[in-house]
Amino acid sequence: MKKMNVVRVLKKIPFWILLMAFMVSALIPFLYMLATAMTPQAYTLPYPPILFPQSLYLNNFVEAWSSNHFSDYFLNSVYVSVLSTVLIILVSSLAGYGFARMNFPGKNVLFHLLMFSMMVPTLTNLVSQFLLIKNMKLMDTYLGLILTYLGTGIAANTFFLRSCFLSIPHALEESVVIDGGSHWTIWFHIVMPLSAPAVGTFAIMAFSNVWDEFLYALTIIKSPNKRTLPIALKMFQGQNLNNWSLIFAASIIALLPILFVYIIMQKQLIRGGIMDGMLKG
Amino acid sequence: MCKGIRQWCQALPFIGPALILLGVFVLYPLARNIHISFSIYDILADSITESVGFSHYQALFQNSKYLLALRNTLLYTLITVPGQMFFGLVLACLINHIKRGQTIFKVIAYLPVLTSWVIVSLIFRYIFMSGKGGLINYVLMQIGLISTPVAWLQNEWTANLVLWLFGIWKGVGWVMIIYLAALQGVSRDIYEAAQIDSANSTQIFFRITIPMVRNTTLYLLTVLTIGAFGAYIHVMMITEGAPLGTTNELMNFMYDTAFSRYDFGSAAAQSVLMGLMIFLLTLVQRKVTTETIN
Repeated sequence: MKKMNVVRVLKKIPFWILLMAFMVSALIPFLYMLATAMTPQAYTLPYPPILFPQSLYLNNFVEAWSSNHFSDYFLNSVYVSVLSTVLIILVSSLAGYGFARMNFPGKNVLFHLLMFSMMVPTLTNLVSQFLLIKNMKLMDTYLGLILTYLGTGIAANTFFLRSCFLSIPHALEESVVIDGGSHWTIWFHIVMPLSAPAVGTFAIMAFSNVWDEFLYALTIIKSPNKRTLPIALKMFQGQNLNNWSLIFAASIIALLPILFVYIIMQKQLIRGGIMDGMLKG
Repeated sequence: MCKGIRQWCQALPFIGPALILLGVFVLYPLARNIHISFSIYDILADSITESVGFSHYQALFQNSKYLLALRNTLLYTLITVPGQMFFGLVLACLINHIKRGQTIFKVIAYLPVLTSWVIVSLIFRYIFMSGKGGLINYVLMQIGLISTPVAWLQNEWTANLVLWLFGIWKGVGWVMIIYLAALQGVSRDIYEAAQIDSANSTQIFFRITIPMVRNTTLYLLTVLTIGAFGAYIHVMMITEGAPLGTTNELMNFMYDTAFSRYDFGSAAAQSVLMGLMIFLLTLVQRKVTTETIN
């Protein structure tokens, strides 16, 4: 009997080795980043490389935050991401409701138009979207950037929220209709609260997509003081070419909000399915 | 008729804003993009000056730099998509075996996915530094695989290798999550039956697991391929196309054409071509997913 147990444990060894190999390869780059961020002035690569912080040295974070307007960029990103997320939810939940619950002539045609535009890869229209923003005199404005985020994602977002709303039973609304309530009442008091978990997940996806968005921010925003974090990080790397401690301290600061949001929402997000396709960016 | 108008009056506040945005930011740019791709666009005058038919398209297929970018995109796709799927499936099977405490493994494996492309690119650039202090060089020298430090990002093929490793490393966690959901839908009975017939784990993996998640595999294949086609940040941040444009991919070449050389006509033609490629892939994907659902 004892022998059997030993064999069983031995059989498990390759399994754990393989699993640990995956975990280590996922973690080491992050450890290396953290250790570098906590090393004073890594202008030259420390030799041998360090994987664990030697001391609790936090000056790089302070310096990254206060120098090069990094705190401004952080706030720019917060402003753009929060405002975009709120507007994205508002506009696409209204449209999602319209397509899920209302009848009007031409609804099918419009819905197919929506499905068609989902198949147009957003980035391929970059040139003409750039010209559009330029013609609208919205270059270098947050309004232009936010409208672009709102517009380019509208089809997929509407489609996603429509499917969420479709799964809510009609029976609940009938009482509102009998009481003479309008579609606004149903949208605000029934459909939105009932799909709160899905809308919450959706909000996080939207937020992190905007937070990390790179190409439109690079193309539309020109003034250095209006930059968002991903662009600032790129520029930061250009300016502090060899000061990796500072670059990684800045990167970690940029990563924190996303990490924070995901840890809170971990249960809902890791379920899979709901994130199909959404996270690939 | 009257009813239709009333319905529209009700629906317009709901769907109106979305329809306007769709028209202005997706459909109009799409049409304009196609128009520009057949023309010469004067960026200073902000207008089309000349109609040139298919000449932008023809020029692209004779442009060795464009063909190089096309080759790199195809290689990146052909290597990173199967790579992500293989490692993602293996990892999902491993995690699926754990009875308690799956969450911590999932979270660790998911870290690279939720970290932005810019930051992961910076990390990769740092790990593959050319000196002997670069982490990869250090490790490879310690175990004796190389005797002198490799200048990873200065050579065409090592630089491309770094980009491929990046693509795989960044995506494995996402593939794992999707596969895990599929695996958890596979009935335990099948595995138990196989164990009673004393099948070993390799047999179980190839004969049961892979066929059971076939639909998920097809779905992932198309989604990942589309993602790989449109990828650009890793090149912009890690190699910047160096050495001499040999690591450029389609998106990067297009961006340079538009915003460094201001050749909007050619850039528009490139995006039409890429749009067509992705559009065809999406059609395949939709067909596959509808078949999966039915």
